[in-house]
Amino acid sequence: MAVETTRRAATADAGGGDSGAARAGGRGTGNETGRTGGSESASSGTGGRGGAVAGLRRAAQVHWYAWAMVAPVVAVIATIVGYPLLRGVWLSLTDADEANVERVIGVNHLPATYRFTGLDNYEAILGDSVFWDRLGWTVVWTVGCVGVTFLLGLTLAVMLNRQVRGRSFYRIGMIVPWGIPAFVSVFAWKMLFNEKNGLLNKVLDGGGIEAVPWLGDPVWAKVAVIAVNVWLGVPFMIVAMLGALQGIPGELYEAAEMDGAGPWQRFRNITLPGVRSVSSTVVLLSTIWTFNMFPVIYLLTRGGPEDSTEILVTYAFRLSFINSPRDYATSAAWGVLILVLLSLFTVVYRRTLRRQGEVW
Amino acid sequence: MRRGNGFMLSAAVAVLALTATACGGDGGDSSAAKGGVSGTVTYWDTSNDAEKGTYKKIAEDFEKRHPKVDVKYVHVNFGDANQKFKNAAGGNSGAPDVMRTEVAWVADFANLGYLAPLDGTPAIDKPSDYIKNAAGSTRFKGRTYALPQVTDTLGLFYNKKMLKEAGVEVPKSFDELKKSAKKIKSRTGKTALYLRGDDPYWFLPYLYGEGGDLVDPTAKKVTVDDGPGAKAFARMKDLVDSKAAVTDSSDGQENGLKAFQDGDVAMIVDGPWDIAGALQGKEFKDDKDNLGVAPVPAGSKDRGSPQGGWNLSVYAGSKNLRTAQEFAKYMSSAEVQQRTTEELSLLPTRRSVYDEPSVAKNAMVEFFKPAVDNAVQRPWIAEGNSLFEPVRGQMDAVLTGGRSPKEAAGKVGDEFRKLLKDENYK
Repeated sequence: MAVETTRRAATADAGGGDSGAARAGGRGTGNETGRTGGSESASSGTGGRGGAVAGLRRAAQVHWYAWAMVAPVVAVIATIVGYPLLRGVWLSLTDADEANVERVIGVNHLPATYRFTGLDNYEAILGDSVFWDRLGWTVVWTVGCVGVTFLLGLTLAVMLNRQVRGRSFYRIGMIVPWGIPAFVSVFAWKMLFNEKNGLLNKVLDGGGIEAVPWLGDPVWAKVAVIAVNVWLGVPFMIVAMLGALQGIPGELYEAAEMDGAGPWQRFRNITLPGVRSVSSTVVLLSTIWTFNMFPVIYLLTRGGPEDSTEILVTYAFRLSFINSPRDYATSAAWGVLILVLLSLFTVVYRRTLRRQGEVW
Repeated sequence: MRRGNGFMLSAAVAVLALTATACGGDGGDSSAAKGGVSGTVTYWDTSNDAEKGTYKKIAEDFEKRHPKVDVKYVHVNFGDANQKFKNAAGGNSGAPDVMRTEVAWVADFANLGYLAPLDGTPAIDKPSDYIKNAAGSTRFKGRTYALPQVTDTLGLFYNKKMLKEAGVEVPKSFDELKKSAKKIKSRTGKTALYLRGDDPYWFLPYLYGEGGDLVDPTAKKVTVDDGPGAKAFARMKDLVDSKAAVTDSSDGQENGLKAFQDGDVAMIVDGPWDIAGALQGKEFKDDKDNLGVAPVPAGSKDRGSPQGGWNLSVYAGSKNLRTAQEFAKYMSSAEVQQRTTEELSLLPTRRSVYDEPSVAKNAMVEFFKPAVDNAVQRPWIAEGNSLFEPVRGQMDAVLTGGRSPKEAAGKVGDEFRKLLKDENYK
């Protein structure tokens, strides 16, 4: 799933840049091409069955070499994405756990003894407040992180897109969080947040402010995990937005300035429309990443205190790795639900964008 | 209930069984030593950073007496070892032949079929020499799956000078500790106790102190929500609220040890693995006698601390089972245990080792031996290790979230029943 989404997003991104420029010139035409492009691809997918078979045969005869070239990729994707996905869906319909799946240990061969249980796992999960509580916080976490990251990233990108002294120095500095492995950053932050010996509380103490239980209090812990994730996410946002900003022709700003537009007007009417296609892509991407951002939460708070910072994926991890025997079935069901939620989100998001005139 | 019939019975069975198998296993020593074994043994060591150097040397010394054997020593962090082993063993690739296994993991791994039973194999050597408590953790459903290597329990570390300055005795109960805390605060300005609020293992002394336990495996009953559980949570909260103790909800290991080393707190509940660390602190570095160790304070009913320690388990899928057994036997032998006590002050699991003058005179052993003898055996069930996670969550909720102790104990009980649903616990 992840692979597929990224690939699609990347192609959309490449196309998006062009159309953004086109739209800046003539809004109407840009929209028009976008719509037709979308509907064409949709209709070709749902074409008549008989025609499709004949079409396939013809395609195979004419383009056999193309099929042969594609085959290895298809095979690899089917093996590393398709098989685990299908197996996960199957496991979620059973009562499989570590103790009853098939195992070969030395000379021992322990047969599989798990059973098919239908939708029991889903019924149990959806009927339990555990799922809905986690989902609520996961949504808050995702919206909070993506919102703040986007605003910060855009602001910093706009600031860096001008001729300032030492621009490349700032640019490198802001990319640094991206270069450090996430777990290293999280451990560094954990040390800063330490209630008794952490740097943050030492600084606050110097200012006469009482120590903040950064990771010990449910509300502060939520603030802390969001802050760290924003810190980790901003570099990507800056790079993407800088790219988008540089795609806007400078003549537009010159023309606007001649017409007497102020900085805010130029930002609203040139910059924002200019970066829109890129930003919609990166927002979608970072929403999916943040929704599934396991390391920040797990390494910083382990979902605590109590379970106030536990998101859906960290809980699924707990089910299948912390408890023993590992509950594969329930964990798989959580995984399928997360996948369904993200797919739904992507479909709705794309549809909204299309309605607003984006190319996808 | 805690040290009730169930435990006594299973312990007795364990000792009997161990004694019985001794006849079969004995006498193989000299013939094996003459070069019966060969091949490669991969050993996963889970000791901490201060200990791993010694363990590496000890493991590799096995090659000296068995020249045909190649020992592959791998250090694995204690925190990751359980998952790593499960991934490797379940996937049937990369699992070590022998692993230093936490006492609570043995039943879990054995239940999943990952461990080779050792009864009647050359690995078992003089089983009656093992301390009863330590041997208990190696048994699962009537068979032996590991050899005890090191045992431990919690004790009360105290700063002798600070208690003297405050004019208080070493507290024998948490009530006494609370009373002394006022004097300690007024006379030295320090807090009496660092309470580990981040690690569920530290909940156990409070629970045992109120006469409770997590579960009763013989009656198949969850007991944590019977009443003592709520009292234990209430006791911890009271110590923190009354400012007799300070706590953290994360990084407790680091912060607690630092607070004790620096003399910010007078006492901490801790285990033998932190003795060396505590002695490096500024309060103790130049005055090692300033560190005192006493049994964990009592609650309203009882006094008890959990039995911990490390065992050696052999992987069922080992391609070199015979050599692995011989290696495990060596790592659990009296000779190796004496060495780890001399070099690391760890507590042996063999009675005979305690008779060695170098061990008997070791100050840390003197501190901890009585405590270990009275340590409370934990429920050696497959889910034993999983029981900690719900306790951790509710400790947070009580200490930082304002949940009532009674409600917290109830929630832990509910979670336990979910975890133990396959075993039909009441």
